Order: sequence, then C-alpha cells, then structure tokens
Amino acid sequence: MQNDCEKKSKVMDLYTAVKKFIHNGDTIYLAGFTHLIPFGVAHEIIRQGIKDLILCRATPDLIYDQMIFAGCARKIIFSWSGNPGVGMLQGFRKRVEEGKLEIEEYTHFGLATRLLAGAHGMSFYPLKSIRGSDLPLYNHYIKTINCPYTGEEVTVVPALNPDVGVIHAQRADQEGNVHLWGIMGEQQEVAFASKKLIVTVEEIVDESVIRSDPNRTLIPGFLVDAVVELPWGAHPSYAQGYYDRDNAFYIKWDEISRDEEQVRQWLGEWVFGVANRQEYIQKLGAENILRLLPRNSFSNPVNFGIYL
Amino acid sequence: MSYTSAETMIAVAARSLPNHARIFVGIGLPNLAANLARKLYTPDNILIYEAGVIGAEPLRLPISIGDPCLVTGSLAVCSFHNIFANYLQRGLIDVGFLGGAQIDRYGNINTTVVGDYRNPKVRLGGSGGGCEIAIFAKKIITIIPHDLRHFPAKVDFITSPGFVGGRQNRTALKLPGGGPEKVITNLGVLEFDADGEMILTHVHPGVTVEKVRENTGWDLNVASEVKETDPPTPEELRVMREELDPDGVYLGRRKSKTA
Repeated sequence: MQNDCEKKSKVMDLYTAVKKFIHNGDTIYLAGFTHLIPFGVAHEIIRQGIKDLILCRATPDLIYDQMIFAGCARKIIFSWSGNPGVGMLQGFRKRVEEGKLEIEEYTHFGLATRLLAGAHGMSFYPLKSIRGSDLPLYNHYIKTINCPYTGEEVTVVPALNPDVGVIHAQRADQEGNVHLWGIMGEQQEVAFASKKLIVTVEEIVDESVIRSDPNRTLIPGFLVDAVVELPWGAHPSYAQGYYDRDNAFYIKWDEISRDEEQVRQWLGEWVFGVANRQEYIQKLGAENILRLLPRNSFSNPVNFGIYL
Repeated sequence: MSYTSAETMIAVAARSLPNHARIFVGIGLPNLAANLARKLYTPDNILIYEAGVIGAEPLRLPISIGDPCLVTGSLAVCSFHNIFANYLQRGLIDVGFLGGAQIDRYGNINTTVVGDYRNPKVRLGGSGGGCEIAIFAKKIITIIPHDLRHFPAKVDFITSPGFVGGRQNRTALKLPGGGPEKVITNLGVLEFDADGEMILTHVHPGVTVEKVRENTGWDLNVASEVKETDPPTPEELRVMREELDPDGVYLGRRKSKTA
C-alpha cells in the first residue's frame, strides 16, 4: 500500500510491476476463485525466474501447478488442490506424493478466515468449522480457544498477510480503483491483507467510469501499488462478461502435466517463448479468442441521483 | 428404456430433495440432481454454489464450481468468506451434497489422502468447502460409487465429519448441522440409524442385498424391509439428457468427460 493518498498514476508494464514488487522468498497470494485468475502475472514471475516463493491460494489451480513445475515454489498454503471440473492437479500431486513440496492445508472457510483476519488487522479469527476433521492433527496453526462469553470451544486460525497480493479484474482507473463483478472470491480480503498489491485489468478506464458506479468498487486505489493493463490476463480462466474459461486447455493441461517433458515444452512455447502477454494473445489467435467470447447480458443501470 | 447408474443416482437424489429449501450444490451429479429437481419437483428451491452464487439458474451445464453461467441471471453473488460464514455457518443451508474417495459406517468422508497424510499413496484434493458443508448443512446427501475402495471399514483421513464415532459423538462435538441423512450409490440407498450408523434401506432394480454387502468394507446393517428404488422415469431421463447434460458429460453416456 502507498503510504500517502497523493493522487498519481500507478500504471506500469507487467515486467516492471513484477520486477519491482515480487522477490525471491516472498509470500504471495494470486487471487481469484476459478474466476479472474492472474495467469499473466504468474507467467511473468516464471519468466523472471523468481524462486522460493510461498504460494497461497484456496485453489492452487493450473496457475500454481505451472509455477510449481517452473521451480518457483518453496511451499503451498491452500485448501483444495485440483484441476476444477477436470480432475487432479498432477504437478502438485506428484510432488506432494514424493515428499518434495511443503504444504500447509486448510479448509476453504479456514483459509478465507485467515485472509479476513489479515484484512481486518487482527492476529487471528475464530470459526466453528474444522472441528471433527483430522486437519488439526497435521496443521498446528489450527488451534482452539474458549469463547470468553459462552465458554464454547471454537477453532481459531492465524491472520494471513501476504507480502504481495495479485488481483486481476475487469477494470480500474490509473490509481487502481478496481471494478470487479461476477464471482468475487477472496479478492477484497487479499487486497486489504497484503503488504503490496499488484492489480492487472482487462481495461484501464477513466476515473469518471469508476465514480459512475461506486458500489462496484471492490478495492480502493490507495491500497494499490501497480496497475497493469492486461487484456486476457486471466486466460485460460475467465473474466465475467469478457471471455469464457478455456476449458479445452484445462482438459489439455491434465494430459500435459502428467509428463515433465511435455510441461517443459509447453512452458518453453507459451511462457518463455513469448516476451509478454500481448505475444501470448497473438499466439492464442483470433479463432480461440472468438470461441471464448460470450454474448452480452447487461445489468439495468441504477440511479444514484444528483444531490446539489 | 435403458439408463445408466449415474442417471439412477441423479433421479433418486432429485426426488429426495425437499421443496422451498436452500440447497448447497457441487459440480457434477449434485448439480444435475438439484437442477432436475428444480425443473420437475422443487421449483422453489434456491440453489447455492460454493463460489458464492445464490439462486443460480444456469443456462448450460456448469463445467466448474465457478462457471460464469452460474452468475448471469442469479439472485445474488457474495464473497468467498461470506458463502461460508453468512450462509453455511449461519445455518441457512437446508441440504448439502458431498462426494468422496472414501466413506465409513458413520458417514465420515475422506477427500484428502489415500494412505498416510505425511507419506501419501495418493494425494487427493482436500477439503475445499466439504468440511464446512458436512459441519453446517442441516442434512447431507452423499453420492458415491459403491465398492470396497469407496466403503472401507475406516477412512484414511476424516476430511468431512459425519457422525464421527457415532451420533452421540457428533452431538458432543457440537457440530451445528444435522449430519449425514442419505448415501446414494450405484447399488442403492443407505440411511443412518439411531446410533448414526449406516443402514441399507433401498436397492436399485436388479441389485441384491448380498451384492451391496459384498461391496461394503464392514458388516453392513440392513433394514428389516429393504425396498426397491423406482427407476428413472422417461420424463426425468428426457430432462437430464436433453436439457441438463446433452453431451452426456456426467450421465455416463460417453466414455469419459475428457473424451
């Protein structure tokens, strides 16, 4: 977060944003629950060879599988590891089965609660879940306390405050006031919990567009350190209203990720073989892009009124 | 008319849903069962998805738990934390669906690991929201294949607690939801007795009690009168095949969902 509220553009290119804010050994959270997953940033992290990262995400998804294969990860903090709708997350799974990847595991609610505590400036938060499951036997950060009012035993989890949070959204202005719609996931909690925040967007819009619909602003610009315009920055995941999930790729990854050599080739072609996201999109090609475009469905405008 | 075991499980699950209820739905068979019920039996149900979508009315088959088709035209969208805190922990969910790699006699479910947690034979997905659904929903319906691998005497890991060591054990742990209600398999339907132990109540047409017992990893309790489930009706099959899953992704009507 910027320390001052001075109005200024934080717009920069992807290379600069990653170079400036993400370093070896950082704890990072690339947000987005199946929606708006910041693949563009992940690929730039891989290209820059950043290592020893503690990667936090409720669902590691293909994005962390690719980073694990590329050697970026020291540890994964997560709550469900799979290729959503397809099957297992092969790279993650293989390394965990071989004892080569450290994990710290929660339930979805447990991890979401860690983020909320971090976002709220609390050191821990309680929840009534996890009790009765075997998770606390293997994750000693999950503890219990007695409610000081009722005496009831509740589960507690510690705050999660990533060094860097990364969010992809539909649009933001140059200062980083973010409009995000569709599945909201944990993006707002990540924004408030993280020490630094990178925002990539489908489009940078004028401040007046943000001000025309303030209820849609999930993240205020003063939390944001970098704004990068990155169309299709969430592909092969999706951006509500912009493009659909490229499910064919999610299925293809299941096959690629079973074979280290195929992964090396894929990374060579689609990550190291392109200089930036623009080249990735060009490589993706018009046919693929057209295939993923949805038809329009606009909301009814609301009237905020003008009060003089 | 011929039908697959997936179609039977979906039809049986759909018929077991109450109307005017809030249903927490997962991708695959639960989604098909909840939407089949919404079209034929329980039009007033509100379908709630883990990604934070309330009142979804998807126009296509959702291919992931966060599919954009769930959002467009839904009643509300909330954050990841809110879906667990405001909806599940608050006690607003009437029925939750679960699946898994293993289930034991008390309805405890493992979706985490086969073998030892620290030295896994197969590392599975983990809880996701499964543990929360198991703890907070008023009723749990589990849909799971029926064989010795899925029905061991003891699960390798309790991801989502059922009755834990029995109904009193769950009560002592003060888990707010009602716990397991029904287990629907490709062989039949199982419910839970006064002690919280699974009991076979129904077999599907053509399945014997003996076959169910042979495919269960413990000495299975059997109801004094085991009924036969009604097979999927032509109307149920039509809705499933023509409206909900025309490509047969989950209906077992093509070789694999990645084909």
